[in-house]
Order: sequence, then C-alpha cells, then structure tokens
Amino acid sequence: MGQGWKVWSCPNVCLKFFKGLTGGTFELSAFQLVDAGDHAILKVVGDWTVSTVGEIDSEIRKLKLPDKPVVLNVTELGRMDTAGAWIIERTLSFPSEQSADGFRIEGRHDEAEALLNLVYERREDGPPHEPHRFTLIDFLARIGRVFVNFLEESADTLSFIGRVVASTLKLLTQPHKIRWTSVVSVMEEAGLDALPIVCFLSFFVGVVIAFIGATMLQQTLGSTVFTVELVGWAMMREFGVVLTGILLAGRTNSSFTAQIGSMKMRQEVDAMRTLGLDPIETLVTPRVLAMLIMTPFLTFGATLSGLLGGLIISWLALDISPILYVARLQDLVTVQNFWVGMSKSPFIALIVAIVACRQGLLVEGNVQSLGRATTASVVHAIFLIIVVDAVFAMIYMELGI
Amino acid sequence: MTEAIIDVKGLRTQFGDHVVHDNLDMTVYRGETIGVIGPSGCGKSVLLSEIVGLLEPAAGEIRVFGQDLDALSAGDRRQIEQRWAVMFQDGALFSNLTVRENVMAPMREHTDFSEQLMSELADLKIRMAGLTVASAPKHPSDLSGGMRKRAALARALALDPELLFLDEPTAGLDPITAGKFDDLLKELSRLLGLTVFLVTHDLDTLKATCDRIAVLGDKRVKFIGPLAEVAQVDDPWIQEYFGGPRGRAVV
Repeated sequence: MGQGWKVWSCPNVCLKFFKGLTGGTFELSAFQLVDAGDHAILKVVGDWTVSTVGEIDSEIRKLKLPDKPVVLNVTELGRMDTAGAWIIERTLSFPSEQSADGFRIEGRHDEAEALLNLVYERREDGPPHEPHRFTLIDFLARIGRVFVNFLEESADTLSFIGRVVASTLKLLTQPHKIRWTSVVSVMEEAGLDALPIVCFLSFFVGVVIAFIGATMLQQTLGSTVFTVELVGWAMMREFGVVLTGILLAGRTNSSFTAQIGSMKMRQEVDAMRTLGLDPIETLVTPRVLAMLIMTPFLTFGATLSGLLGGLIISWLALDISPILYVARLQDLVTVQNFWVGMSKSPFIALIVAIVACRQGLLVEGNVQSLGRATTASVVHAIFLIIVVDAVFAMIYMELGI
Repeated sequence: MTEAIIDVKGLRTQFGDHVVHDNLDMTVYRGETIGVIGPSGCGKSVLLSEIVGLLEPAAGEIRVFGQDLDALSAGDRRQIEQRWAVMFQDGALFSNLTVRENVMAPMREHTDFSEQLMSELADLKIRMAGLTVASAPKHPSDLSGGMRKRAALARALALDPELLFLDEPTAGLDPITAGKFDDLLKELSRLLGLTVFLVTHDLDTLKATCDRIAVLGDKRVKFIGPLAEVAQVDDPWIQEYFGGPRGRAVV
C-alpha cells in the first residue's frame, strides 16, 4: 500500500468472506475501501452473485463513504449478477444527488459495466417504500369498518334471501324453465351420496343415546325399558334432523361454496351475466330445489337408523326384544314427534343452500377469499341450524306439541 | 459445440390413449434463446412441464445442466431448481401475496438475504420487468393482465437464473410492452448469458429474440434451426404459419 493510503474498512472484513473451497481454490467475495488522496477506491473482489452477496450486504451497509469521488476497482472481480450490481450501485450512486451521475470504473469488466448500467437505468422511480405504522386512528377506523360491514352484510343477506325466494317461486310457476338436469345432479351429489354417511352417523348416535339412557334410567328409576321412549323422542324430534343438518353443513356447504366461488374467481359468473343468464336462476335455484327435495329423505333415513341403533342396543344389552321395542315405540312415542322433526327439514335445506350460495358469490379474485368464504359458509350454516332448531323447540313447547 | 443445457432424448408423453410426444429429441445449448412453436395442442407447454419436472414422461430421458433429474436426490434437485426459473402462461402469481412479496418468495427460500436487501432487489426486478414500484404493494388480483405478466417475469428473474422457461410471455400484452419485453429479454440473455426456452406464438418475439426455432408437430420436433431456415422449410403448417400476412411481415 502506497503512502497516504488509508484503509477504511477493517482488513479482517475480507477474511470473513472466505466462501469455502470450490474447485481447489478459495473463492473470495469481499470489498475494501481505500483512500487515494483526492479520491477513494472501492475495490471489489471475487464473485458478486445471489449466492454470495447476502453477507456482503450487511457489511457494506455499515460502510461510511468519504466526502470525495469514489472509483470502483473491478480488476479482481469474478462473476457478477444483478444482485451484486445493485449493491454496488446502491452504495456508490444513489446516496446523494451529486454522485448520481455515476462513478468511474477502474479495470476492465464488460459484464459488470453492462450490469451496472442496467441497474442504474432502472433506479428508483418514486419515493422509497415506507412501511405503514399502525396508529390509534387505524384501530378506530377498523372498528368502524367492521360495524358498517356488518350492517351492509345483514342488508345484503336479506336482499339475497329475497331474490332467491322470489326467483324460486317464479320458477315454480314455470316448471319448464327450471334446470332439471342440474337439480337432479345436485340431488345425487349432495343428497343421495350423503345418505350412507348420514345414516351411519345417526346409527351411532342412536347407540350412544340408548347406552347413556339405559345407565341413567337404571340408576334413577331402576328400569331400563324407558330407553325406548328416550331414543324415540330424541331421534325423531331432534337428532335425526339436526345431525342431517350438521352433516350437510360440513359436506354440502363447503362443496357448493367452493364450486360457485371458483366459478366467481374464474369470471364464469361474469360470463353468465353477459350472456343474459341470471346466476341466481342458474346456480342458486337448482341447489335450493335439490336440497328442499332431498333433505326430508335424509332426515327420514337418519331418524330410522338412529332408531335402529337404539333397537340393537336394547336387544343385545338390555334384553328388550325388537318386538317389544317396536310396540312401545308405536304406543308411547306418537307419530306427532316424527312430524315435528320432519317439519324442520325444509328450513335446514334452505339454510344450507342459501348460506352456501351466498358465500360462494361473495368470493373475490384471490385464493384467500375462497378459503374465507368456505369457512364462513360452514360455520354460519351450523350456527343457524342450531339456532333455528332451538327456536322451533321453544315454539313447539309453547304450542304443547 | 457449446455445452448442452437441456438434452431431451426419446421422449414419449401419453395421457391415456392419447400420445402427445413420441420419440422426441431436442437439445438446447448454453446462451441461446430457443423458440418453440407448433399448432395448438401439439404439446408445447407439456414439453416445458416435463423438462422442469412437473410432469412425468412415459418414456425417455431428460437432462438439464447435464444431470438426469429423476436420478437426483431431493437436495441436489433443489440446487438445480435454483438455477432455472419458470414463467407460466397466466402468471401463476401467489394471489395471497403482494407483488413485492411474490418476487421475494424465491429469495426467502433460497438465500440468506436480509429483509431490506430482499425488498430492494424485489423492487429492482419489478422495475426491470417494466412495472413501477407503485404496483409493488398491490395484490395480483388488483393488476391488469399485462401487469400480472410483468410481475410474473419479475418473480422469474428474482434469483438471476441461468435458464429461463417462458410460456407465452407476450400473449395479451400491448405491442409497446411486448416490444419492451423482447428488448429486456435480449439484453438479459446477453448480459447474464441467459439460456431461454420460449414457448410463443408471437412472431415479433420470435424474430427479435430467438437464435433458433423448434417446430413441434407429428408428436416430435419437426424442424429446428434459425428463423430464416425454418421459414423456408417445405411443410404445409410452417408455410401457412410464416406465409400468412402476419408471418410475411416478419420473414
């Protein structure tokens, strides 16, 4: 080093950048800033590529440039890519206005020169990116927005229900206009295909009620024969229809929302509108009709399998013969209970179909909103099913049915 | 002869009974830009998917950077995958991330860069792809089709790849942007020694950027060579392709 040269960056900075042995030689990626009287020299050594500049970057950020022109020395520069070029340009060109005109390069390196030019030509075109700070105003604004959204959402949901009901009623007066093909296909997919799982689940719930009921009745009344009434009442009035509803909410809500949602994402719904097809008529009404037709059957199946589960447990564990079971069921659990359960099934069908289609049509262009809508669809449907069931229970109790 | 970057031998692709490629051979050399053309449904995009390992060919061998990808361990494969980048036909940007985060995604995965450097480099790539930094904090669904393409290019350039696969990069761009894209591609391939595998129907792009053209047809590569030679080949599809009013302007 000649007289008057001063090393700004600590010499051991260089040693830190030994990148390990490649092909028998040490690959060195480093920089050194030296003072040369009226100017300073930034010497860059080794490869300046994506795989090496990560560590260099944090070191070169700490570098304080002197208040004089800086010359770039590339005599020992290896390969370079845009990441390396960016770091050099950022360090030498961008900090101040007077240095923005560029800097002198010492040594020949065509690739580096061209890359530095490429990066320089595409320098900042606007104010630098400032990360947004979360303030109290944002917090209040968010609460306000949530509240307004809730009001709008409620109004929109009501208007959606109104549109669906109007369009369904209108179509029922003109049955030839209903898309029967899609009605039947949804009936199969969401109704018939769900029958085994609905019955299976309900069967086991019947088994569980019989077991718990028998144990409890044995302890309190000393008689297990009332298990029959317990299973009959529970399955017919409540569990048959509620279990069907919850299963449909999990199975059908998610599938309807995902189907309509991805059609919305791919602009198929927009395409329908431009072709003069009403999405409510083509997508929502067939699903509503199919669910209205199929849910009573599913409820019926669920109730029967629940009773069957109770029958088998009564027979095997409690010594109540199937004949006695059926006889007690007929005598003591009136058919009224069955109709109480069945009367709720159209409402379950409407909740499932309308919530699912509504959420599907709310999906926007991104994947996140599809996930959000599908979750909301299932959760809202289960919530509404339980609430509606509770409301019905109160009404029937007041009526004494 | 220079080093072969992509070497496809005896490739056979089949979907059920439908044979797409049969005994297809193709070699791409370092530093060249190869344009792949062919009638719709001849398996251009399928060929691209097979080379980058998204689809398993029924038979044949594909070597990229001299390595048989199937024979590599998962770790070695990741090393190789860092050296190429793919820009898909409709962008395939991650819709839950902003444009800047999309470009940062490969850096986050493969480098030790600090958050600040990643964001600076992402902004640089965004500007290189012809977008302004104003679009960096936006989500892909807020961008127009052309802007999405450019954002996808920015993501493909994120790690300065050696090999770039582009599937219809200029389709849906206005002529000015498409022209700028061609210039950028040429500049980058010259500066970075980029090898480009380009599936396109854009005759201007073919003329402006490609060193060689591969014509797919009859389940194989029918012809491969410089544009001027390919345009002279006596084949009905090629003659119609280059002989039409759009083609004549280029050749």
